[in-house]
Amino acid sequence: MNPATLDPTLGASEVQIGITTRDLCLWYAKFQALHNINVDIKKGIITSLIGPSGCGKTTLLRCFNRVNERYGNVTTQGEIKLLGKNIYDPDVSLIELRKSVGMVFQRPNPLPLSVYENVVFGLRIHDEKGLKKSELDDAVEKALTEVGLWSDLKDRLDAKAITLQLEQQQKLCIARLLPLKPEIVLMDEPCSALDVNGTRAIEELMFKLKGRYTIVIVTHNMAQARRCSDECIFMLLGQLIEHSRTAEMFVTPKFPKTAEYIEGRYG
Amino acid sequence: MPMNAPASNPADLFTETAFTRKKRRTEMLAQGLFGTMTLAMVIPLALILGYLAYKAAPLLSWDFLTTNPTHGMRKGGIWSALLGTIYLVVLSLCISAPIGVLAAVYLNEYAKDNWFNRIVNLAVVNLAGVPSIVHALFGLGAFVLFARLDRSILAASLTLAIMTLPVIIASTKEALASVPVSFREACWNVGATRWQTIQAIVLPNSISGILTGVILQVSRTAGETAPIMFTGAVFYRNIPEGNLFAYGIKDQCMALSMHLYTVTTQVTNAPEALPYAIAVTLLGTVLLINATAIVFRVWLRTRKKW
Repeated sequence: MNPATLDPTLGASEVQIGITTRDLCLWYAKFQALHNINVDIKKGIITSLIGPSGCGKTTLLRCFNRVNERYGNVTTQGEIKLLGKNIYDPDVSLIELRKSVGMVFQRPNPLPLSVYENVVFGLRIHDEKGLKKSELDDAVEKALTEVGLWSDLKDRLDAKAITLQLEQQQKLCIARLLPLKPEIVLMDEPCSALDVNGTRAIEELMFKLKGRYTIVIVTHNMAQARRCSDECIFMLLGQLIEHSRTAEMFVTPKFPKTAEYIEGRYG
Repeated sequence: MPMNAPASNPADLFTETAFTRKKRRTEMLAQGLFGTMTLAMVIPLALILGYLAYKAAPLLSWDFLTTNPTHGMRKGGIWSALLGTIYLVVLSLCISAPIGVLAAVYLNEYAKDNWFNRIVNLAVVNLAGVPSIVHALFGLGAFVLFARLDRSILAASLTLAIMTLPVIIASTKEALASVPVSFREACWNVGATRWQTIQAIVLPNSISGILTGVILQVSRTAGETAPIMFTGAVFYRNIPEGNLFAYGIKDQCMALSMHLYTVTTQVTNAPEALPYAIAVTLLGTVLLINATAIVFRVWLRTRKKW
C-alpha cells in the first residue's frame, strides 16, 4: 500500500504549505548550483528529492535552514518561505530558524558525549529557565521512545554515543532534534551509511514522524524514494524538472528526462 | 491534525525572543573578546617590528652587513657575526632536519606500538622540553671535549641540531599523523609497500606541515645564545669581508645572537642604534632562510607529484 494514501493531510480540502521557494538561485563562487527553483513542499508529509549526483539536491536542502551561509563564497538569490515566513526577512533569527528546522546528515554525527547528553543537548543550549533533572529525563525517554531506541538504550544512557552501532547513531541524531519540537526535518541521504535493516528502521521512523513534522529527504535510492515519500521532486543540473506525487512520478512521469532517470536506475 | 499547529501569525515565526537576543549579545561579546585577543597579539608584533626598524634605521646599510666590527664593536659592521649565524643555522638544520624527519617517519609509519617505541616517543617529548643551557653543557662535554671537535662551528651546529631534533621529530610526526589512515589503507590494498605508500602519498600530503615545523626551528636556532656560547661562538673574530666561505667548519665564529648579547651587556659607549640594527639583521636573516624554505615548498608543489 502506498504511504501516500494513508496520509490524512493530502486529501484535506486546504493543503498547508511547509516550504515555498520563488526564483531561488544559488552560486558557489561563479558556479550556479541552483537555477530559479520554484517549489511548494506540503506540510506534514514526506517529500523526497531525487536526481543524479551534483544536481543540487543537497544544496537545495541546505538552503532551508540557511546552513549554506556558513560556508564562504555562497550567494543566494530569491525567496524562501517556511510556513509562510520569509527566512531572509531581517527579523529572522538564525538560532530560532535552525532550532525549528532540524537536519540529519549522511554520516551519523552524534556528538562525542553520552547518549543522554546528546538527546538533551538542544534543550540545554536553548534552556532559559534551568530545566529540572526530571524534565530532562522525561525528554530523553520521550525522544528515545519515539525513535525506538529506548528499550535498547535505557540502561546505557551514559554510554558514549560514538560507540553505538551506525543505525543507533543515526536514530540518536534524529532523537536529538525531537526535544526542540522542530517544524521541519531535513534529511540528507540519512540511510546511505546503513544496511538494509538500518534503512528499514529509519524509514519506519520517518513514517512515525510524518504528520507532525514536515520531512524532506534527499536520496539516491529510487526504491527508497518510492517506498517512503508522498511527493517526489526530480532535479537535474540545478533545475527542478518535476514535482509530483510519488505514485504518479514513478508510474507516469511527465517529462522524458524524469522517465530516463527513473528507468535508468532500474536498469 | 499536526501537533505543531502553525503559529497564528507566520510573521512571528523564527523571530528573536528575549532569550535569543541575550544569546546573540553573548555571542557578540565572545567574538569581540576573541578578536581583541588576536589584536593583542598582532599589535605588539607590529609595534616591536616598527620600533626595531625605526631605531635601527641610522645604522642599516649594505656596508653594515658586509664589514667586520671594528673599534671594540663600536664601529664597523656585523659581517663576521652574520656569516657565522648563517653557517650555524644551515649546518645545524642540515644535520637535524634529515635525521629528525626520517626518524619521525619511522616512528609514525613503521614503529609498532610496543614498550620500546613508547619509551622512545616519551624520550622525544621530554627532550623537547630540556632547557637550551643543558643542551649547551651536553654539547661541551660530548662534542667539544669527548669528540675532540674543540670549540668550532661543527661542535656548535651539532649542539644546536641536538636541541632542535626532538622538536622536529614531534612536529613531523604531527604532520604525518594528519594524513588520513584511509589514504594509507587505499595504498596497502593495491599492494603498495610501506615505503611506496610513504613516498607516493604520505610525504606529499604532509610536506607542508613538515617544512613548517622545520622552518620554525630556523628562528630558534638563529636566536639561541646559550648552546653556542660554550661550543663555538666567540666574542670577536676578524674574517675576510665579502667572502661567503670565510669560515671553515672547524673554525670558531661570531654569531648574531651572541653579538647582540655582548654589545648590549659588555660593550660600553656603543652607538644606540647598534643593538637594534643587529636585531633587525637577525630577524631579516631568519626571514630570508624561511623564505627560501617556503620557495622550496612551492617548488615541490609545482612538481605536480608532490
